[in-house]
Amino acid sequence: MATFIVRRVLWLIVVLFAISVLVFLIFFAIPGVDPARQMAGRNPTAETIRNIKHEFGLDRPLPVRYGLMMKHIFISRDLISYGSHTKVIPEILSAAPVTLSLVFGAAVIWIVFSILTGLAAAVFRGTIIDPLLMILALIGISIPVFWLGEVVNLITQSRLHHFFLFSWVPPLGYTPLTQDPVMWFEQLLLPWLTLSVLYIGFYARVLRANLIETESEDYVRTARAKGLSERRVLLRHTLRTSLITFVSLFGLDFGVLVGGGALLTEVVFGLPGVGLLTYNSLTSLDLPVIMTTVIYGAFFITLASALVDLVYAWLDPRVRPA
Amino acid sequence: MAERLLAVRDLKVSFRTEDGIVRAVDGISFTVDEGEVVGIVGESGSGKSVTMMSVMRLITDPNVIYEGSIVYKGRDLMGVSRDAMREVRGEEIAMIFQDPMTSLNPVYTVGWQIEEQLNEHYDLKKGQARRRAIELLTQVGIPRPEQRIDDYPHQFSGGMRQRVMIALALSCNPDLLIADEPTTALDVTIQAQILELIKNLRREFGSAVVLITHDLGVVADIADRILVMYAGRIVEEGNKEQIFYDPQHPYTWGLLGSIARLDRPKARRLTAIAGQPPSLINRPQGCSFRPRCPQAFERCRAEDPQLTAKVGEGHLDACHLSVEDKRARRDATINPELAETA
Repeated sequence: MATFIVRRVLWLIVVLFAISVLVFLIFFAIPGVDPARQMAGRNPTAETIRNIKHEFGLDRPLPVRYGLMMKHIFISRDLISYGSHTKVIPEILSAAPVTLSLVFGAAVIWIVFSILTGLAAAVFRGTIIDPLLMILALIGISIPVFWLGEVVNLITQSRLHHFFLFSWVPPLGYTPLTQDPVMWFEQLLLPWLTLSVLYIGFYARVLRANLIETESEDYVRTARAKGLSERRVLLRHTLRTSLITFVSLFGLDFGVLVGGGALLTEVVFGLPGVGLLTYNSLTSLDLPVIMTTVIYGAFFITLASALVDLVYAWLDPRVRPA
Repeated sequence: MAERLLAVRDLKVSFRTEDGIVRAVDGISFTVDEGEVVGIVGESGSGKSVTMMSVMRLITDPNVIYEGSIVYKGRDLMGVSRDAMREVRGEEIAMIFQDPMTSLNPVYTVGWQIEEQLNEHYDLKKGQARRRAIELLTQVGIPRPEQRIDDYPHQFSGGMRQRVMIALALSCNPDLLIADEPTTALDVTIQAQILELIKNLRREFGSAVVLITHDLGVVADIADRILVMYAGRIVEEGNKEQIFYDPQHPYTWGLLGSIARLDRPKARRLTAIAGQPPSLINRPQGCSFRPRCPQAFERCRAEDPQLTAKVGEGHLDACHLSVEDKRARRDATINPELAETA
């Protein structure tokens, strides 16, 4: 177990290093991209550009510039954004809780509802309920999140805001959990539901397929031959082994979303999260912010896949290291 | 005289499919007495497993159709409720399956799986189930059961896993143990060990055993009575001596002729039964075995032979040949070299 964790941490460092180098090279070594020019505004003089280059250390050799940037990110933590000239690290640190709140809440909702839907569809196979649920799931997968979000906003923020069902919905935005938990919850509830719709549909379909496949396994027949109740056979035997695929999907999706993949939801609901930050920095080629958000995202994705491996070992003894 | 434990009467099991109705089991009747060992022999698709799965009501296919009755201890299992059936499963009738590699749940320890069954059927205190599980593992010959109980199925070999399956099946002292090809997936030396184990445990636990196999050699040693099935029907039934020394049905001859035996004068090519089993959707007219039977004659095409006793008490067969004809012809199939020298 200890060696597993150590190996994973080392791996994490290697991945983060590789990604940071790659991103750095993409923005600095590729011709045509000149951050100094970006920062200098319209029609800059050669003098201004030179000054900016010197000020941001852009006239030094590539490895030095890479080293400097890493130092500013990890050691002195005072990396300055090219665009807004504010410190990047505090910006990310204030955006991260927004994204984490959004993704954690949505994840809870999508796990619960996709398991319920998948189970129901598998149990009621052969009746009208199964195809009905699967069509609903397909619709959920097919609805673009930005459209759904806008429709939700249209209904709850403007058209029907005064209808008693939606009058509780607060204005768009984010309130920290520590400041006002009720407001935090109310502002996030609709974004959670909106973000989770796609995943509920997708996961429910995957789980249903897995459940049906597992149902024909010999050990499920053994479980029935033991005289167990259908409920116990389903939950303790069929579902338990079907969750293995489910978990690996979840790890990847969760990592991607926390790492900034919930951009569309954040934009639609005006949540100042990491996705929004990344998006803004990309449009203005704000390299320090891009660099930091990419490393942040990569960190969560690698972390999530390490956690998936741990949960895997817990779920399936066959993959446990001897 | 032993009590009657199980009486299957005119059981028909069919499946609705797109191509038509598949009659997997087509009207079979047999009985199992307390403590008796019955072997059901036949090739793949002859309905052996479906018959016994029906007894446990383990067929989950929604397109299955049952007819007939399965009376266990005076109660028709076809009519009992789901909950009552659950009490029968595992506690009264237990089953061992063909492939020990896939019959145990890979994500739980073997101990957990045995304890689960014990807890389902008995009200046990904490620790009691575990002690009983260790005891069972000892009885089926698992070395160091105290440690192995916490191992997962993938940490056992095939033979050991089948022992675990047997421990699981015997955990509630069932009166009837159904073993569905318990040795097919194992290599020959392990096969012998597992059969020996079943034999010994039967004595110890007093359970009746129904042993399903495609290999007459497997039942030769252990079975009191043998049913030979072909295309969903019983074609011959009798005790061990009758089946091995006075086989009546040409299909049984074929099975006997296909066994490799050490007591033969010289090695020879084993005879195979030519052709394929018939479609269970469109059964051939007359005798189902006719298309593959070298002895077939006019009557076989016209008339479906019924299972009747012709040569002695309890020895039934479904063949139109006269007993004299059978006795004269069968050696050509079973012992060709003996027939040649004679």
